[in-house]
Amino acid sequence: MALATGVRWSFAGKDARRVNSEELLAQPRTLTAGEQRGPVAQAPFRQARLTWLVAEVTGKVDETPRVRTLTLDANGWAGHRPGQHLDVRLTAEDGYQAQRSYSIASAPDEQLAITVEKLADGEVSPWLVDDARDGDRFEVRGPIGGYFVWQDDGRPVFLVGGGSGVVPLMAMIRSSSGSARMRLLYSSRTLEDVIYRDELAEREGHGVEVFYTLTRAQPPGWTGYSKRIDTALLREVAWPAADRPHVFICGSTRFVDAAADGLVELGYEPESIRTERFGATG
Amino acid sequence: MPLISRGFHGRGREGPADRIPPGQHLVDDFPVLSAGPTPHTTLEEWTFTIEGGAEPVRWTWDEFQALPREEVTVDIHCVTKWSKLDTVWEGVSIDTLLDHVDYDSDYLLAYSDGGYTTNLPLEHVTDGKAWVAYNYGGEPLEPEHGGPARLLVPHLYFWKSAKWVRGLRLRDEDDPGFWESNGYHILGDPWLEQRYWGD
Repeated sequence: MALATGVRWSFAGKDARRVNSEELLAQPRTLTAGEQRGPVAQAPFRQARLTWLVAEVTGKVDETPRVRTLTLDANGWAGHRPGQHLDVRLTAEDGYQAQRSYSIASAPDEQLAITVEKLADGEVSPWLVDDARDGDRFEVRGPIGGYFVWQDDGRPVFLVGGGSGVVPLMAMIRSSSGSARMRLLYSSRTLEDVIYRDELAEREGHGVEVFYTLTRAQPPGWTGYSKRIDTALLREVAWPAADRPHVFICGSTRFVDAAADGLVELGYEPESIRTERFGATG
Repeated sequence: MPLISRGFHGRGREGPADRIPPGQHLVDDFPVLSAGPTPHTTLEEWTFTIEGGAEPVRWTWDEFQALPREEVTVDIHCVTKWSKLDTVWEGVSIDTLLDHVDYDSDYLLAYSDGGYTTNLPLEHVTDGKAWVAYNYGGEPLEPEHGGPARLLVPHLYFWKSAKWVRGLRLRDEDDPGFWESNGYHILGDPWLEQRYWGD
């Protein structure tokens, strides 16, 4: 039994983590309902607790009027894989604490960064987007999530992002050496809501093709798509199902369902489609 | 002394403290967390199976509907930090289902359409602690929330309440399921904040 007899992992440094990451990647990614699993052999457990670390804000980028990227210096951060997220914990002077999860925007070899959208009725996101400035400190814990993670195995990659759902996908794009064939289909309400606009323009043609759709308003002369994602749009943009692409979809529930259902309709294997749905997380 | 984040006040505690586990906050809506596409299984195809006892036991949708049903009002807690109070469900107690099974196991692995699995100790699903729910708020459970039927184990983080559940596999070992193999806690008690491996 894995937990009773499992190795208690400890992290002496990056090398320890690297070994562990490889073992994690060796886990089966998809399961079938009838499958019997032998987890002792297949899923070594990392038992070291993810501890809260102090993160200091070292820089910020205003991506859109409501979205800001914070670069963080978190002493002790053990690294992450593209697509993972972290937990943020803010503490008020009276000891009150609030936690939320945010996708990691940076590639593993870059300085740790999160990109946060301010929610109107949010509690943590307004502080991160409006109030946090260089030198401010809060706590982070992670990386979290072992499924919505991309590892380059030569197969093409289809990324589908809605709004701030592009953030974990950007970590994947930034992690690509350019050898992977990547396509990003990115849905925003307006051009002003497009996150990472300049960087995506620079990366276009260097291993990633970017397709935009603007669902609410389009600037004059707009040549991209102008509708919500549906099967017809996916048929034009997605890799052929026969290429067996990896698919990562992130956005609101409705957005993710539309994209995932459409791809299944186009013949994509449901097991090849990994999704992350945003609820209201404030 | 925890680290104070300059200028952060927060909204302060919402809701009764004895009903909001540590690190959670209240929501009014019902966010969705799933790892892949939403399966759509017709009621004609749907069955529910318990394996691992002396004999496998299987119900069709109609047979399942004929089992004694219970309505429960419970608080639910998602590991992504939201909690929702006083949710109303209707379904069949796991106790009722296990009355039909001759078994001697300490654990189960619930499995779902789409390949999802989650592991649970039997003691956490018996004695009125868990259900297979098919109605939510008086209406048939929507597919995005796990319909036609999902597991309901409200005292653990909500990933244990497997959506689209199709059966239970009784086992001697607490073998990890899907999220439990992908970084999340083997049990997931929100009051102990057992979110991730090692918590």
